[in-house]
Amino acid sequence: MFRQASRLLARTTTATTWRRSRAFSTDLPATPTEDSTFIESWKKVIPNMDPPKTPSSFMTPRPATPSSIPSKITVNFVLPYASELSTKEVDMVIVPATTGQMGVLPGHVPTIAELKPGILSVHEGNDVTKYFLSSGFAFIHANSVADIIAVEAVPLDCVDPALVQKGLAEFTQRLGTATSDLEKAEAQIGVDVHSALNSALTG
Amino acid sequence: MASNAAVPFWRAAGMTYITYSNICANLVRNCLKEPYKTEALAREKVHFSISKWTDGKPEKPNDV
Repeated sequence: MFRQASRLLARTTTATTWRRSRAFSTDLPATPTEDSTFIESWKKVIPNMDPPKTPSSFMTPRPATPSSIPSKITVNFVLPYASELSTKEVDMVIVPATTGQMGVLPGHVPTIAELKPGILSVHEGNDVTKYFLSSGFAFIHANSVADIIAVEAVPLDCVDPALVQKGLAEFTQRLGTATSDLEKAEAQIGVDVHSALNSALTG
Repeated sequence: MASNAAVPFWRAAGMTYITYSNICANLVRNCLKEPYKTEALAREKVHFSISKWTDGKPEKPNDV
């Protein structure tokens, strides 16, 4: 009975250390690319086989969470067809989250935000670059890295105001005449996107 | 656990997030100024080649 106890105890500790070494990639140390805790626990249980390579040994490790707040956030802004900003160091980013415009400064709490159609502004010193996003997600990590992904993002000068007005009128009319739930939802989406475009152009 | 409060209206209507996101992207693309609009629409074009199979043999494919 006591022999089993030590084996079970060893198993739970190896399971928890294994799980911990896989959780939160931001907690991995910056230099070693192998899971040292996993390899040690493997060798304890199965000393004769080589430990398998874990996915983390193939990845470049994430920058570690520094103990003091860094001065700039690193932004990765990607679209399905292009990478707009890749590890660009900026002072602040304002993202159009569904809960409202959210400003992200270095040292922001780790957040996952779903984005609504709206303006993303990137502030670097005195320059502000604005993009209109169709929708997407923003992931802010503990190490002040922000990953923003969107399906479509355009600079505001590429938008034609006449087409926006026409679209807004058309969808407001469709919303009035829509019958089924799906039609109403589509018309509502149209109204939302066009009014966001409108306020982006005028505001 | 209580059910999720405030389900977004498109999910209540039976739409998935991907459909919603694609509709938003298409609407934004349709509002672009001329050279950008044709670029964007050309970029998003998808070709389908559909062929029906009968008795284990493919018939002539239709291209879309």
